[in-house]
Amino acid sequence: MTDLDEYRDQARAWLAERTADLPPDPGLAESRAFMADLYDAGHVGITWPAEYGGRGLSAAEERAFQQAAAGFTLPVGVFGIGLGMCGPTLLSLGTEEQKRRYIRPLLRGEEIWCQMFSEPGAGSDVASLQTRAVLDGDHWVVDGQKVWTSVARQADFGLLIARTDPDVPKHQGITMFVVDMHAPGVDVRPLRDMTGESHFNEIFFTSVRVPVENVVGEVNGGWSAAVTTLLHERVSIGMGAARTERPASFAALRKAARERGLLGEPGVTDLLLDLYLQERAFDLLNARMSQEVKAGIMPGARGSVAKLLLADLTLAGADVASEILGPESVTGDGPVPRALAWAPGMALGGGTNEIMRNIIGDRVLGLPREPQLDRNIPFKALKVGTQAKEDGE
Amino acid sequence: MRLIPTEEQRELAATVRSFLADRVPMSRVREIAESDEPFDRTAWTRLSGELGLTGLAVPEEHGGSGAGFGEVAAVLEELGAALTPVPYFSAVVAADLLAALDAKDLLPDVASGATIAILARPEGEPPVGRIIDRGEWVLEGAVERVPDAVSADLLLVVASTGEGRRGVFAVAADAPGLVRTPLTTLDLTRPQARIELGGAPARLLGPSDASDAIDRSLDVASVLLAAEQLGGLRRCLDAIVEYAKLRVQFGRYVGSFQGVKHKLADMHCTLEQAESVVRYAVWAVDEAPDELPEAAALAASFMGRAYFQVAKDHLLLYGGIGFTWEHDAHLYYKRAKADEVMLGAPRTHRARLAAALDLPD
Repeated sequence: MTDLDEYRDQARAWLAERTADLPPDPGLAESRAFMADLYDAGHVGITWPAEYGGRGLSAAEERAFQQAAAGFTLPVGVFGIGLGMCGPTLLSLGTEEQKRRYIRPLLRGEEIWCQMFSEPGAGSDVASLQTRAVLDGDHWVVDGQKVWTSVARQADFGLLIARTDPDVPKHQGITMFVVDMHAPGVDVRPLRDMTGESHFNEIFFTSVRVPVENVVGEVNGGWSAAVTTLLHERVSIGMGAARTERPASFAALRKAARERGLLGEPGVTDLLLDLYLQERAFDLLNARMSQEVKAGIMPGARGSVAKLLLADLTLAGADVASEILGPESVTGDGPVPRALAWAPGMALGGGTNEIMRNIIGDRVLGLPREPQLDRNIPFKALKVGTQAKEDGE
Repeated sequence: MRLIPTEEQRELAATVRSFLADRVPMSRVREIAESDEPFDRTAWTRLSGELGLTGLAVPEEHGGSGAGFGEVAAVLEELGAALTPVPYFSAVVAADLLAALDAKDLLPDVASGATIAILARPEGEPPVGRIIDRGEWVLEGAVERVPDAVSADLLLVVASTGEGRRGVFAVAADAPGLVRTPLTTLDLTRPQARIELGGAPARLLGPSDASDAIDRSLDVASVLLAAEQLGGLRRCLDAIVEYAKLRVQFGRYVGSFQGVKHKLADMHCTLEQAESVVRYAVWAVDEAPDELPEAAALAASFMGRAYFQVAKDHLLLYGGIGFTWEHDAHLYYKRAKADEVMLGAPRTHRARLAAALDLPD
């Protein structure tokens, strides 16, 4: 038995014991306690540098842990943005002080992180953001609004991008900051989405003072930092999805159809077969991309392929569910009405389908970019967001 | 489950690719397609005889190299990409069936490519086998639309052995009573022929009820055809992406228009799915016989549609030039359509898939 096998078994045994008494729906306190234990047992930040609180081990150990964790549901969702996006961004761009200050508490679940990029006027075109930060002595003063922020209510810190120079073209006047979510002037409000629940937040900034040492990377160099963060997001959305429950999966719908005596009804087999083909191809692509990662082939922009296919599959599954189940699919609060209400989210969050297709075209296939009319114009001269029609338009 | 090719498989593919680019370029493909030659004999001799590719999945004791179907699939992808007019697909399917039927005396020559064997699988009524003397059989009947039948030295014919049973018979190409009539085909790169058997002497291979081997052979053929289709699909996408980077209209490269770019992105997504499905199905042939019926029906149901849609869209994205005879786009379009129905109409593959998934047909 190799050291890796030994570690894998050890991790599996640890997880089995530690998850045994977890309540079915752990709250924030339980999640934090779990994360602290998981960290203390050496299972968090396995490949992260040891000097900042990681373990400094290789991808092989990380893989071994992932394999050990495969059968368990871990209450770590609230830490996902920090571990998947904010932490890696700080590791590659943060100052020595920032890494020493933030990484260890992030890994141990003592501090929760969120990410604040999108704005009401800057969705697909995030670089046209209007939230501004103005230098005042040794602080930046932030005013503006962000939207679609997950875990903002629980978060202690967030990565923010804001406009720091409106006199240069839009990509060149953006800076990334670490913002204390408990600072005066930060107002987090739940955003009620089309499911009727609040999975995201709006955040309003009113004269929020951010110390100059909280700049991540270069002043006015925030755009490339944001691009790196977003690439992490697409990979994690597309590739993580195979593990989550799909209420409108082929297996669930075949079962539902069988229980209702609908198998054999005209068209039902065809609907189920089409869904099966789409789902199986997606799952196999996910499995293939994971094998590639293990073999050292990084997906890069191909993560957008998985994300786009998952969005299509999610919409298709909910739609097939409703075609099979009929009126039952739009009443009550069962899994299918919920799936129908959830489905558009996957095609919008983390970049719309159209943006995914642009990324695949530009970065995977290397196609010529679309001419960008606003690329060389100072930001202050641009029209941004949703504009009223002018006469004659 | 292994879904990425091995280093050896990648090297094999690169070797075949460079050989084909060098020796069987599109000008040569067209030369064969527009001649009376059913296939490129020179290329076949090199690929099969010298490189030993037909025997890749045949065990060493029967004259093969005992590698596996992962290797065969790597070769098929390249042949599909280049539309190479050789009966390789037919020959490896036949070799696999011969191995399954334990036809040890025939295998070495088939594995070496010295004998080109092909399988004649009837879609409708099978020919009927009749015993005329102790162990001596003759076949009566016909098999419509048999790929590579004219190229073959040896035909493996699925025929009735009575009481609803099916067996596999070996019929020599020069057997008396065998008539092969070449057909006009939409796809000019893979010939088909009608086979008529008027009391042709035949040798029964294996048991008189070989249904299991025959069914498995259809599964294997579905997977191998899917690998060939994957190669063609990828070549279509590569070609049209290159063109979209060169062709200018309205003062812009056409690939910069979202109407074109988004279509190409969707085609790339199809390629990523297709490659995943094919790798899985090929793995199932080599390693997971229990999963093969479902994997094969999945591969056939997915790839037929996928290749034809990408080939069709790639032709359309060329604009008018894609509709000309001189352009290669139509060769892929026709191959993709012919492939989609070669082993039966798409609904038959979906019916197999439904059965494998416990769904009523």
